[in-house]
Amino acid sequence: MAEQRTIKVDYMARVEGESALDIVIEGDAVKDVKLKIFEPPRFFEALLRGRSFLEAPDITARICGICPVAYQMSAVHAMEDACGVKVTGPLRALRRLLYCGEWIESHVLHIYMLHAPDFLGKHSVVELAAEHPEIIRRGLRLKKTGNEIVGLLGGREIHPINVRVGGFYKIPTKSDFAALAEKLKLARDDALATVSWVSGFQFPDFDQDYEFVCLSHPDEYPYNEGRIVSSRGLDIPVQAFHEHFVEDHVAHSTALHCRLKARGHYKVGPLARYSLNYDKLSPLAKQAAMDAGLGRTCNNPFKSILVRAVEVVYAVDEALRILDTLERPDSPCVEVLPRAGTGFAATEAPRGMLHHTYRLDAEGNIAFAQIIPPTSQNQATIEDDLRHFIAPRLSLPDDQLQWQCEQAVRNYDPCISCSTHFLKLTVERR
Amino acid sequence: MGKPRLAVWKFASCDGCQLSLLDCEDELLAVAGAVEIAYFPEASSDMQPGPYDVSLVEGSITTAHDAERIREIRRQSGAVITIGACATAGGIQALRNFADVEEFTRAVYATPSFISTLDTSTPIADHIRVDFELRGCPINKHQLLETINAFINRRRPNIPAHSVCVECKRRGTVCVTVARGAACLGPVTHAGCGALCPSYDRGCFGCYGPKELANTESLAAWARDKLGVADKDIQRLHHNFNAWSEPFRSEGDRHG
Repeated sequence: MAEQRTIKVDYMARVEGESALDIVIEGDAVKDVKLKIFEPPRFFEALLRGRSFLEAPDITARICGICPVAYQMSAVHAMEDACGVKVTGPLRALRRLLYCGEWIESHVLHIYMLHAPDFLGKHSVVELAAEHPEIIRRGLRLKKTGNEIVGLLGGREIHPINVRVGGFYKIPTKSDFAALAEKLKLARDDALATVSWVSGFQFPDFDQDYEFVCLSHPDEYPYNEGRIVSSRGLDIPVQAFHEHFVEDHVAHSTALHCRLKARGHYKVGPLARYSLNYDKLSPLAKQAAMDAGLGRTCNNPFKSILVRAVEVVYAVDEALRILDTLERPDSPCVEVLPRAGTGFAATEAPRGMLHHTYRLDAEGNIAFAQIIPPTSQNQATIEDDLRHFIAPRLSLPDDQLQWQCEQAVRNYDPCISCSTHFLKLTVERR
Repeated sequence: MGKPRLAVWKFASCDGCQLSLLDCEDELLAVAGAVEIAYFPEASSDMQPGPYDVSLVEGSITTAHDAERIREIRRQSGAVITIGACATAGGIQALRNFADVEEFTRAVYATPSFISTLDTSTPIADHIRVDFELRGCPINKHQLLETINAFINRRRPNIPAHSVCVECKRRGTVCVTVARGAACLGPVTHAGCGALCPSYDRGCFGCYGPKELANTESLAAWARDKLGVADKDIQRLHHNFNAWSEPFRSEGDRHG
């Protein structure tokens, strides 16, 4: 019998939530790869039933402390879809501004605190700060600016309170917006310096043949609106999601795996957005991408950190554009009256497309809820990446192999709290 | 003497309260200078064994395995501080305590037999002795820094226990109930958010849970009789992130 090796990571660090990785190697073959999600289930889709449609943004925010805005945005757009209301004009622009804040905060957290340590051989941002204090201070400053957008427009950074179906509770003052714009002008230099810093990292040669899935909008880089498109020709409205995608329940995960009915697993997130929407980036973000050596598409998951940095440049630029052209709305929200029906929405969370479905009764009570987070869509692709990554690297000693496998998982900035409905690494060599 | 050793633990939760520590952009490096961050898997892959001087615990107990794990953390820790509504009250996921969990599992998962979970989501203090409970959904990061500072310096944390209503008066916000007839849990809710919602023209919905000796019955009767709030909506206000905490639990049960 061939020699067996097991590589186990019992508790994945620098990811949000609880997961483990089990890899079994038999001789020179990768026998099994399991990304185990043991985050305990919290049953959001069940506990939403019977709640008011107006409560969905406040309740679903609690799925994730890192990307609450994404949950709030998918929830309000799905409710508005159910009730036949479209929010336009300055309120629409302000929702986009809020999302810019979350992208900056979440991406910078991942770039500096969770993922850069992998590339630089450190365990944590604190270790990094000991060697590169100025770089880490720059990251913290940039992250803070993202949080300041969310804090101003959302009321607070984690679980914002100012988002409602139809718009907001209160619109900040003109002088508040003007002060924010000044901070964003400084943040733009920090964002460009981040791209330049990350572009100097060593990236393994690892281009993969993915089916990318994300939103696409005719006029803008996607946040809250657009059709669901893929690199293999899918092009559907968000309302048709369930006709093309299905969730499977596997034994080793409290997160459901989502796949395309026609072709199986696919990839959402920054690489998908970038590769399918490059033309919609701002000139400054395109220039930063080109200077960093990126093409118009990117198929190397290890370069996701670089694409995130480009998206931070875009988010800062876009936030400034919105503030520059913003007219303060007359009213903080539009009225949304409940009606019986089903609503759908997908928005681009920092980690990828987040789809919500709700069925309402005539009084606006939620009868059915279904939430499909980015990490559950990526879980099968993460396992597939690992299989392809390990096979040519079997001669590496276990500790190096384990380090690189963990890094490969973190390429996805997996959010396990979100997907549980994620990770521990075990590499077993047989 | 070495620096105090800090550990950060997660149970059923959204990660938001431990993220509050990483959100201390201006203070994080100072904290890392004052304590040894010995165990904080969300931020570091260097996971040191115990014992720890201070353990911050996020999340509620929802599995038999976690009920065991929290006892081991107690044994390994000098002080245990719970952070946030999940750890101090059971969290939004404690809504299962009012429902049939098997039915919840069937509603979410295709193969319920793959899922092992307890019937209830319960706060940490139901399982072990807790030295301090920091409230909020999410916690206030300045209160978190104050609490860590207090414990490493062996003093009591200065965390006010009055109501959100008092915070509102202190910041000079016009009362949303009196001026606009909005339902607001401010009079019965523990301070800590700085009376955020009324400053954004909305009523408090209880993120920080009940204050001591909260007269929820009187407030609920007033909301129903004077403001015309429906019983169902009064129940919803009490039964969210701190639904399992008394008196929010029984007040919610009386309506609906």
